[in-house]
Amino acid sequence: MGEKIETMKIEEKIACNAIKNDKESHIKLKQDVCKECRERFCIYACPGHLYSLSEETGEMVVEYAGCLECGTCKIACIYGSVSWEYPRGEYGVQYRYG
Amino acid sequence: MADEKLDAVIVGGGLAGLAAAYRLAEAGKQVLLLERGDTPGSKNVTGGRIYVEPLRALLPSIVDDAPFERHVVKEMITVLDEESSVHLEYSQDAWRKQPHMSYTVLRARFDQWFSEKVAEKGGFVIPNRRVDDLLWEDGRVAGVKAAGEEIGAHIVIAADGALSFVAEKAGLREPLKPVNYALAIKEVHKLDEKSIEERFGLDAGEGAANLFVGAVTKGMFGGGFLYTNRDTLSLGIVVGIDALMRKRPQIEAYRLMDDFKARPDVARWIRGGELKEYAAHIISEAGISGISRLYTAGMLVAGDAAGFALNMGITVRGMEFAIASGVIAADVAVEALNKGDVSKEFLAEYERRLRASFVLRDMETFRHSKEVLENPRLFTVYPKFLSSLFKVLFTVSGTPRKGLYKSARAVAKEYILNWEGMKDFWSLRKL
Repeated sequence: MGEKIETMKIEEKIACNAIKNDKESHIKLKQDVCKECRERFCIYACPGHLYSLSEETGEMVVEYAGCLECGTCKIACIYGSVSWEYPRGEYGVQYRYG
Repeated sequence: MADEKLDAVIVGGGLAGLAAAYRLAEAGKQVLLLERGDTPGSKNVTGGRIYVEPLRALLPSIVDDAPFERHVVKEMITVLDEESSVHLEYSQDAWRKQPHMSYTVLRARFDQWFSEKVAEKGGFVIPNRRVDDLLWEDGRVAGVKAAGEEIGAHIVIAADGALSFVAEKAGLREPLKPVNYALAIKEVHKLDEKSIEERFGLDAGEGAANLFVGAVTKGMFGGGFLYTNRDTLSLGIVVGIDALMRKRPQIEAYRLMDDFKARPDVARWIRGGELKEYAAHIISEAGISGISRLYTAGMLVAGDAAGFALNMGITVRGMEFAIASGVIAADVAVEALNKGDVSKEFLAEYERRLRASFVLRDMETFRHSKEVLENPRLFTVYPKFLSSLFKVLFTVSGTPRKGLYKSARAVAKEYILNWEGMKDFWSLRKL
């Protein structure tokens, strides 16, 4: 059992959470800003590992469905690409321990 | 029109908002608390420990009856370098007896219970309502907009957490800067009560708190924590957002957590447990220089929304500040409502009372703590010194060794008996 936990992937960890997903993302990116960005702070800052660079399109992608609602990406994106608001009432992560 | 308004609307069902609602309802005011989650607590995260002494006088019935997890009787500090660790335990007999100084806590349970207490006092708590904007009237805040509805109120208390969009909309704070915030990541692991007590050497109901410093954050500002709850463990790390952004080569935050958990001296505590939740939250690390403006006409800001959080080195506080500021905000709001004066001039009383209370007094006392705590040597050189020292003292090898004093002195000379070390020692005066 302990073994299992130590090797859990980040997606598996997030799958432990209670989350109700809205159809529309509460996180929006300005691709023209992302295109110029070299550091990609969002990828490193997000504790859910939800940001990635799409190999197909070359655009930044964020898997808003796993969002932990910490807001770190909004703070870390000093170039102002991340527009982030709380999910609408009823939606998003519902912490059962917190 | 005025009589169609509620006395007070509170944005956010965290501890600041709930404390304010409780107090306003107790004073017989019409109060509505809007919470964006399914229940108060469902969007809230703590590391997990609350210091209750400062709160006893403010809300005795809440402190006495709250569903806290365990009272902390054992403080542990673990200093890690890349390959070894030094572990220290401290406990006091007095901590085992009532009144207890601090408790571990899980917010989903505590905040929901607190909201029931608000309802018992006659306050209304409406979940699943995100506040989208403020209503303005003659240049003052006059209510909120939530899910397309306009809700008028004589006074609004913004208690919407560290990201406080409401305080930002009211022009009371600037967008958040990386240097002022840390990211906290927390895992909750289920483990039965008996195992927790045996593993940590606790009697029934007793709890332990463990702070981890050093290689946990790979030289970055931050550390790790572990708290024993009733039948779960809260394990996590905190890392400065600015430090994380500056780190080269870059490292993903979630990997820090994985690497931390993989350390044998961390893994041993959660062995056999089952992961129940993976949470994250931001913490203000700016201290008193990071607080927002606290009031404007028709509105007060409380708790994390105002930036009330304090890293005092080995103790980190936030929840007591949230509750105390919520209570003080409510008391000033009650007086303002009774007088029919919610002007900026009258509400300035809120800041005066906070300055007289432990909230801003403690934050003032620890004004410079961040300058000391963000010294990178704290996370690299000193942990290395400690572990090297113990390594020398405990190692027996085939070659003849020097005396203990000589060995220890050689290690100290290598790491701390130098100009940098002297400067660091002097800087401790700021704590």
